[in-house]
Amino acid sequence: MKANSPWVFLPLVGFVLLALLLASGLGRDPQELPSALVGKPVPAFSLPSLMTDDTLTQDSLKGRWQLLNVWATWCPTCYVEHPFLLELAARGVAIAGLNYKDESDPARQYLAEHGNPFTHVIVDADGQLGLDLGVYGAPETFLINPNGEIVLRHAGDLNARVWQEKFVPLLEQGQQEGGA
Amino acid sequence: MTMILRIAFLLCVSLSAMAAPDIYQFDTPEQEQRFRVLLDELRCPKCQNQSLADSDAGIAQDMRTRVESMIKEGKSNDEIVDYFVARYGDFVSYRPPVTPTTSILWLAPLLLLGSGAVVIVLLLRRASAKVDDSDEGSEDSDVNQRGDQ
Repeated sequence: MKANSPWVFLPLVGFVLLALLLASGLGRDPQELPSALVGKPVPAFSLPSLMTDDTLTQDSLKGRWQLLNVWATWCPTCYVEHPFLLELAARGVAIAGLNYKDESDPARQYLAEHGNPFTHVIVDADGQLGLDLGVYGAPETFLINPNGEIVLRHAGDLNARVWQEKFVPLLEQGQQEGGA
Repeated sequence: MTMILRIAFLLCVSLSAMAAPDIYQFDTPEQEQRFRVLLDELRCPKCQNQSLADSDAGIAQDMRTRVESMIKEGKSNDEIVDYFVARYGDFVSYRPPVTPTTSILWLAPLLLLGSGAVVIVLLLRRASAKVDDSDEGSEDSDVNQRGDQ
C-alpha cells in the first residue's frame, strides 16, 4: 500500500488548516457585529427631549459632526464611560444622547449628579429608535456627519483608545473632505 | 400502568402549552404559525446563538414585538426578515443569503460530504483489494484447524 503514502499526511494538513482557522478567530470579539447602517442616514424619528419640552427629530442630528451616544441609567458600562464623554464634551466634541429604554426622572438625576456631556438628549423610552438604529445594548456610540449620515458605529464603552483608533481618523478624514 | 402513562402524557402536553408566549395574540392560526417560524429564523444580536424565540434579552423582546406588529400589518416574511437584516446585518438571519462572504457557509457542508465520500470509496477499494489477496492463499484456515485439534 505504498501508493497511498502521500495521503498519510492528509489528516495532518487538515489539522493545521483547522488550527489556523480557529487561531484567527481567537483574537476577535464576537460581540462586534458588522454594522449594516454605516453610510446610511439616521432613521426618521420624532421623540421627546429629556431636558426640554421640545420634540426632537432626525434633523437635530444634522449640521455638524457629532456623536450619538446610547446610554441608560440601568447600564453599568455607561457609568464607566461617562467621565470620558465629559472630557470629550469639554474638548468641544458635540455629543447627542439617546436615553435608551430608561425612565426620565432617574435619567435627569443621573445627569445632574455625574454631569451632562450632551448637547441634547433624545428620549427613546420603548426602544423603537434603538431598534431602527440596530442597537442591541448600551452603551453604543455612532459618529454622524453633517448630512445626518452614520459614519461609524461602536458597540461597547467609548474610551481614549477607541476614540483615537476608530473615531479620530474618520473625523479628520471627513473634516478634510468637507473643508470644515 | 396505562393510567400513569396517560397522566404523564397529559402533563407533557400541558407544560408545553404553558411555555408558549401567551402575550402575542393573532387573528388567524396562520399568522401565529408565521410568527413562530420567524422567531426561529431570526437570531438575537445580544445573546448570540439564541434565536428570538429562545432569548430573554430586552432587545429580543423588542424584536418579537416588532415581528408581531409587522405580521399584523400584513407584511410578508421576506419583508420582515429584510427589515431586520437592514438594521443588524446578515448576522441576524439564521438563513443567510448566498454572497461571496457567506459562500463558505453554504459550500463547506457539500465539500465535507464530498471529501467524506472520496475517503469512503478509497477505503472500500483498499478493503476489497485485501479480501482478494487473502482469498488467493488458503493457508490460514489450515493453520487454524491444526490448532483446534
